[in-house]
Amino acid sequence: MIRLRGLYKTFEGKNQVHALRGIDLDIPKGQVFGVIGQSGAGKSTLVRCINLLERPTSGQIWVDDTEVTSLSSRQLRSARKRMGMIFQHFNLLSSRTAAGNIAYPLELAGADKTETKTRVEEMLKLVGLEDKAHAYPAQLSGGQKQRVGIARALANEPQVLLCDEATSALDPETTKSVLQLLKEINQQMGLTIVLITHEMPVIQEICDMVAVLEHGIIQEEGRVIDVFTKPKSQATRRMLQDTMEVRIPPDLLQRPEKSNGDCRRILKLSFVGPGAHEPLISDMVKRHPVNANILFGRIDQMKDIPFGMLLLEISGEADLVDQAVNYLQSQDVEVEVFQDV
Amino acid sequence: MFDSMTNQMLWDATKETLYMVAISVGIAHIIGLPLGVLLTTTDKGHILQNLPLNKVIGAVVNVGRSIPFIILMVAIIPFTRMVAGTSIGTTAAIVPLTVAAIPFVARLVESALKEVDSGVIEAAQAMGSTPAEIIRKVLLPEAMPSLVLGFTLTAVSLVGFSAMAGAIGGGGLGDLAIRFGYQRFRGDIMLQTVVILVVLVQGVQTLGDWVSRRVNKR
Repeated sequence: MIRLRGLYKTFEGKNQVHALRGIDLDIPKGQVFGVIGQSGAGKSTLVRCINLLERPTSGQIWVDDTEVTSLSSRQLRSARKRMGMIFQHFNLLSSRTAAGNIAYPLELAGADKTETKTRVEEMLKLVGLEDKAHAYPAQLSGGQKQRVGIARALANEPQVLLCDEATSALDPETTKSVLQLLKEINQQMGLTIVLITHEMPVIQEICDMVAVLEHGIIQEEGRVIDVFTKPKSQATRRMLQDTMEVRIPPDLLQRPEKSNGDCRRILKLSFVGPGAHEPLISDMVKRHPVNANILFGRIDQMKDIPFGMLLLEISGEADLVDQAVNYLQSQDVEVEVFQDV
Repeated sequence: MFDSMTNQMLWDATKETLYMVAISVGIAHIIGLPLGVLLTTTDKGHILQNLPLNKVIGAVVNVGRSIPFIILMVAIIPFTRMVAGTSIGTTAAIVPLTVAAIPFVARLVESALKEVDSGVIEAAQAMGSTPAEIIRKVLLPEAMPSLVLGFTLTAVSLVGFSAMAGAIGGGGLGDLAIRFGYQRFRGDIMLQTVVILVVLVQGVQTLGDWVSRRVNKR
């Protein structure tokens, strides 16, 4: 659906800023694709390149088999009408009501009065703001403004929705409800959504796929569940640390109670999907007489897939511990030796 | 307070002032508004960026604004005669008033349009708006409260300028004040014209403020 090839963007000025340094990306149709990165990673530039609000220094961009980087300004305008965009600060026209804002793109497309009116009503209904049609943006809350922004972006039935930090100015509760709305829209309309954010929970809540951006380079990309449960790059790990990763009090790890050839290991078990339902630990203990002690555990949901993580301390005779670890590794679970004590 | 002839004179002078100001504010906006739009949109990073054009318009506007009105009035007498057919009288005074107001309006419009949030302009671009659509549907409506205040400021300034036009026989309240109040030592008429001017200015300002608040949805 969206294809980026060899994208570079350099901002000239006193200090040259290399915002993007060779981006190749394929965003499949109907997916919710997240781009995550710290501020300054270039993610905003990346999403703004897709509809050429920012023109890349070099590289090509295809949206739905049209190479947008080669379009004339007239063709670009008509291509932009097929892409919706929402913004961190909503960017609504303060001089128009909610209905007036939603009507704006329809006016550009040359819709007549009755057509516009029905479409505006449909869109207000979709975002749950039927009663706010005549309210001006100044009279709306942040969440309501973003809903108007979404309605405006979708009025012309685009195939792509670009979200530039769309929830960063909203409180967590409102963020959730806006994401829920985006999720519904994605499912109902099969819309491709590209979403950039610095907030891990946003990715976790709604994205199918994610790309991790750092210093203008994609460090890692793939299905959200894979990237977040088995991070390969340092950048991803660092980002995960704040939200997902466990931090064990150091004392606990260094407890010096090794005695007479006993062995103690701390394992990190990650369960994804149905594996989370198996009574794994109790099976292991029944088969292999070791002591198992749960240090830390959590279960979470990544879009619709449950995943869990368990920090398990196993102690006992060395070969028994080995056997237990082997048993775990043969099961439907990711095992990582967290610390060998 | 006055005999009926003096009252008639004051009333006529008031009408002349209103006529001069209204026509020149109108024409000054017809020309100054597009100039202000050009000044804004051809600036760096704006929708019609064209720096050479921007520099030229900016320079012309600055020259216009730096000439004192009283000198401008005299200097463009040939032009006034060409446009109005005469260089004295109320209609003739409209020409220098308009010429003086155009660069003033252009700068006021420019500063009003520059207040429009760049994010909103960007959103309009992202929706595929042409530059003309952005000017018509985004810049002007979004800047309307400031534009109305600018319009008011221009009208108030022109009331003052129109009094100066009286010095070269332009008619209106200023003319009356100079001919009767000053040259014939009629302090009472002088006072009366000043009172009318104050009321006029006050009225225009109040009306402008009210309209600006009405159109402000921010």
